[in-house]
Amino acid sequence: MLRAAIALLLLTVPALAQERLLSLGGAVTETVLALDPGAALVGSDLTSQFPPRAAALPKVGYLRTLGAEGVLSLSPQLVLASADAGPPAALRQIEAAGVRVLSLPEAHTPEAALERVRLVGAALHREAEAQSVAAALRADLAQVQADVAATPGRPKVLFLLSAGPGAPMAAGTGTAADAMVRLAGGINAIEGVRGYRGLSAEAALLAEPDWIVTTSETLRGVGGTDRLLAGPGLAATPAGRARRVAAFDGLYLLGFGPRLAQAQRDLALALHPGATIRPLPARPWAPPS
Amino acid sequence: MTAQAATARRIALAMGSGRLLLPGLLVLLTVALLVELLLGAVVIPPGRMLELLTGAAPTQREAAVLWQIRLPRGALAIAIGAALGLAGAAQQGLFRNPLADPALIGVSSGAALAAVTAIVLGERIGTWLVFLPAGALVPLFAFGGGLAATLLALRLSRAAGPGGEGTGSLLLAGIAVNAVCAAGTGLLITVSDDRQLRDIIFWTMGSLATGGWYGAAGAGIGAVLALAVLLPAARALDALLLGEQEAAYLGIRVDRLRLMVVIATALAVGATVAAAGVIGFVGLVVPHLVRLIGGPRHGLVLPGAALLGAALLLLSDAASRVLAAPAELPIGLVTSALGGPFFIALLLRRGRGAA
Repeated sequence: MLRAAIALLLLTVPALAQERLLSLGGAVTETVLALDPGAALVGSDLTSQFPPRAAALPKVGYLRTLGAEGVLSLSPQLVLASADAGPPAALRQIEAAGVRVLSLPEAHTPEAALERVRLVGAALHREAEAQSVAAALRADLAQVQADVAATPGRPKVLFLLSAGPGAPMAAGTGTAADAMVRLAGGINAIEGVRGYRGLSAEAALLAEPDWIVTTSETLRGVGGTDRLLAGPGLAATPAGRARRVAAFDGLYLLGFGPRLAQAQRDLALALHPGATIRPLPARPWAPPS
Repeated sequence: MTAQAATARRIALAMGSGRLLLPGLLVLLTVALLVELLLGAVVIPPGRMLELLTGAAPTQREAAVLWQIRLPRGALAIAIGAALGLAGAAQQGLFRNPLADPALIGVSSGAALAAVTAIVLGERIGTWLVFLPAGALVPLFAFGGGLAATLLALRLSRAAGPGGEGTGSLLLAGIAVNAVCAAGTGLLITVSDDRQLRDIIFWTMGSLATGGWYGAAGAGIGAVLALAVLLPAARALDALLLGEQEAAYLGIRVDRLRLMVVIATALAVGATVAAAGVIGFVGLVVPHLVRLIGGPRHGLVLPGAALLGAALLLLSDAASRVLAAPAELPIGLVTSALGGPFFIALLLRRGRGAA
């Protein structure tokens, strides 16, 4: 009996002595906390703003302009880094100090979100949690995908990353916004342009978007829907005339993290009013907003 | 005694010689280096740092912080600060204009254009230059671009003047080259994707974080070359203060001096841009600070600007690593924030002294 208790203790002690973690990238941090809400995170970057616990962590600066010493000062043992994290020299300096750095894929696909769950699960020794989160995510994605496929129309969507004085930045192909619009049963109104580009008034008219989608940060920054539509050419588009503007949190909509299925459903609901898109089961990592 | 030396002496007597300036700046540089090594987000107490520097076995983390982060950054800051201060002092002497700065003759804009070209078209260029180690393409382009833009400005200024290659036409040629390079950079920015855009911003804002020992060595060679060329030219630059014709009467070959200063500046500044991107303010203001303290004699201003430039950049880097820890501030922001108020205070003091 006593021996069994000691054996149990020996088995559980390594699991209790958690590694000190630092996560870089909003979707990476979300994934870590989805697998282990009590994860021993000692810091993250400025893009890690969800869940609230992530927002409250010490921030080592912007994902792409990290300082090695700032990261080291938080004494992490394992750094989970999005592929976007950098500069590479800073990551090399962190590794030289004996800290393990695990690079995680960053792609605008459901597969990348699932792969991230698997890799983070392996790194945190939480394979069982990773399997259940991945299974839930896969099921949710399949459900939304089926409902989206059944919607009748394919509206043209203009995604604006920024707006305000000057030309707004519109999402072309190869962007997270482009991938999200297609997942939600829309068509990107800007075709033949890669990346985020400044949009002229005439290009906006030519694009003839049925919907304008943006981030809530951008909409707040520009001062609301009216101000957004006052941008060059936007008011005269079908979306502008009908005031069809939708805005979502940037990390939620474009992060391709564990809340991907919920974001896909929310965008699909906005683009296909009246269509039947079944609600998703409650997930602890994706509280209803 | 040559007329040249007499001129220099007269200027020195008139303006005050500042005998303690260079030793004082050397002390400041040493203090700044200590600050750079001791301060940082990772706390290493001074006693422990002393042990480490004198050969105590470091932990892996201490070794990384000291040898991979603080020491190479310190070396990089010294090399770049010295090169920029020196280049600025020589340019202001050559153009006899306190607003001259190394960017004036196209070095910085040419280097920026070439660096942005390498960032945006890098994948296509990279396939021809497979022998280059990864990460070397952009710095090499920056260095070459700075030099090429300067040579172009020189060539234009020669073609412009009828036989004359006056400093005025060099200034105009520099402005033209700057405008063309800025247009080219702007054009490339509009065709870049968002990832390249972030690299470009990183480059044009300047950073000491990524240069490392190689960058420090490159910028150091540039600084030493510039020092070797410019220090012997100090007296000629003094004579030039009287005017180009007057200097020529004193036996100075102004055209040769101009060529030497411009090439040395382009080499030094090109090397700094290659190692750390474009860092403004140091080249413009550091020579002024030295002149406000020690007078206009180039025998003092040139080495003084090198020392003060190095010290200012060291202190700025230490501040950039500490103030927003665990994040970092851009170095250009800190040089301006630290140097600006100091400069204003000096100007005010001088104004009061003169009244």
